[in-house]
Amino acid sequence: MKGFYARRLHSLLGIIPLGLFFIEHMITNFSAYEGGKESFDQGVAFLNGLPLVLFLEIVFIFLPLLYHGIYGLYIAYQAKPNNNHFGNERNWRYTLQRVTGVLTFIYVAWHVYDTRFQVALGNVTHEQLGGIMHNIMTNPVTFVLYAIGVVSACFHFSNGLWSFLVTWGITVGPRAQRVSSYICMTIFVVVAVMFILSMVAFRNVEFQDPTVAFESIRALVA
Amino acid sequence: MAEAVSTGNPAVQQTAKKVKFVITRQDKPEGPSYTEEFEIPYRPGMNVISALMEIQRNPRNSSGKDTAPVCWESNCLEEVCGACSMVINGKPRQACSSLVDKLEQPITVAPMKTFPVVRDLVIDRSRMFSALKKVKAWIPIDGTYDLGPGPRMAETKRQWAYELSKCMTCGVCLEACPNVNEKTDFIGPAPLSQVRLFNAHPTGEMNKEERLDAIMGEGGIEACGNSQNCVRSCPKGIPLTTSIADLNKETNKRMFKRWLSV
Ligand code: HEM
Ligand code: SF4
Ligand code: FES
Repeated sequence: MKGFYARRLHSLLGIIPLGLFFIEHMITNFSAYEGGKESFDQGVAFLNGLPLVLFLEIVFIFLPLLYHGIYGLYIAYQAKPNNNHFGNERNWRYTLQRVTGVLTFIYVAWHVYDTRFQVALGNVTHEQLGGIMHNIMTNPVTFVLYAIGVVSACFHFSNGLWSFLVTWGITVGPRAQRVSSYICMTIFVVVAVMFILSMVAFRNVEFQDPTVAFESIRALVA
Repeated sequence: MAEAVSTGNPAVQQTAKKVKFVITRQDKPEGPSYTEEFEIPYRPGMNVISALMEIQRNPRNSSGKDTAPVCWESNCLEEVCGACSMVINGKPRQACSSLVDKLEQPITVAPMKTFPVVRDLVIDRSRMFSALKKVKAWIPIDGTYDLGPGPRMAETKRQWAYELSKCMTCGVCLEACPNVNEKTDFIGPAPLSQVRLFNAHPTGEMNKEERLDAIMGEGGIEACGNSQNCVRSCPKGIPLTTSIADLNKETNKRMFKRWLSV
């Protein structure tokens, strides 16, 4: 009986809260593209002004991520992909969901280490995160690695939304599942483009922050 | 094919069309597997079973050496019993309905290794029958007295339920599923769809919750990862993924009901 509940919880956490946070994160970052540094800083300040922000972060982001991520690695390990013999599109998305899950795990660990973890250690402040991002995005190697991680996470979220709808018995028949495939893959494209545009926006000199140069180099070397 | 074996009189060889088979063999359950090639005289309309019968008649491999005849299982020869399932040219399917004319050569034939191999192409599908027992894929009507007629089934429902009843427990959907393997205890798509069938029956519905509880147990419905290979491979065209999504809904309802009613 336990397996069923554990797996349903894994599925639920993927959308609530993780998927919702993912969308929120995309919107905040996109403000860097749309409104530049000022509007991004406002977004960061707003989030950090939320009451009980540390509690919210732990209960609604950190713990769900840890549960979904570690259980997800186990689910991915249990898979035995057979795309060589069954080349249909749905089977490719099955395999990609697992591959992008693992990539997302690595990427999120790195990204959190660069940002929130450094804030927790007191090496940087929330206000300096834009500067850190600027340094990462202006380095072509880290830009490409970030892009791979971000696109993986976008696919994982969008395709996960598709399977979430199946897991919860919302899309049952083949037609409903086909229509939801179109919608979810459109979401993938939109979300990926928005994140990449934000990444490009951080390359702008206005995000340059001499005070973080030292920290972010240290973070990368460490 | 004729050129490949032209050892004798070229005129004779050209007329005798041959079909080339590469068969994965295994002598005993724990033994190593190996492949052996066969060249079989072509006959119009032949299928993989008739080719295997030819090997049985004349057990000689393509290098001309005598060999043990290849073992396989079959019964109905019309794709309704499910006994002859094997992997043909990479796809799990029934050997009796695999026409040689429609297959690319050389034809590769292998056992469905998701199941324990008994010998050559013979596999042990007991796990499917235990799964049917586990999910209670029957309608309990036995009693000490006549229970009388049961409730009628609506014709509209009977029509789609009939499609689910065509399952022949052939195992193709388990072989196609990337989540049925030695690392999981997933019972696979076929027994799940049977739960939907028996829960749709007006009398079977009376024990609906027992079956839902069974597929909410170990290796049950939660292990589905939506590759949807099952529905694309099922020789009977059973809407397996629709059954699974419908049962997702039913098991979720059951989960909440169980929480809220105690
Ligand atoms: C941290 C590393 C992560 C790993 C290793 C991981 C792994 C997985 C795996 C293997 C699945 C497939 C489960 C299945 O098909 O049954 C899955 C599903 C899913 N993941 Fe993740 N994931 C991670 C992070 C995330 C994040 C950050 C989000 C949110 C943006 C997310 C959202 C989802 C959703 C919505 C599903 C679909 C759930 C369902 O099938 O019902 N995942 N994850
Ligand atoms: S559902 Fe289809 S593929 Fe699976 S065992 Fe039944 S007939 Fe075979
Ligand atoms: S022999 Fe019965 S399905 Fe092939």
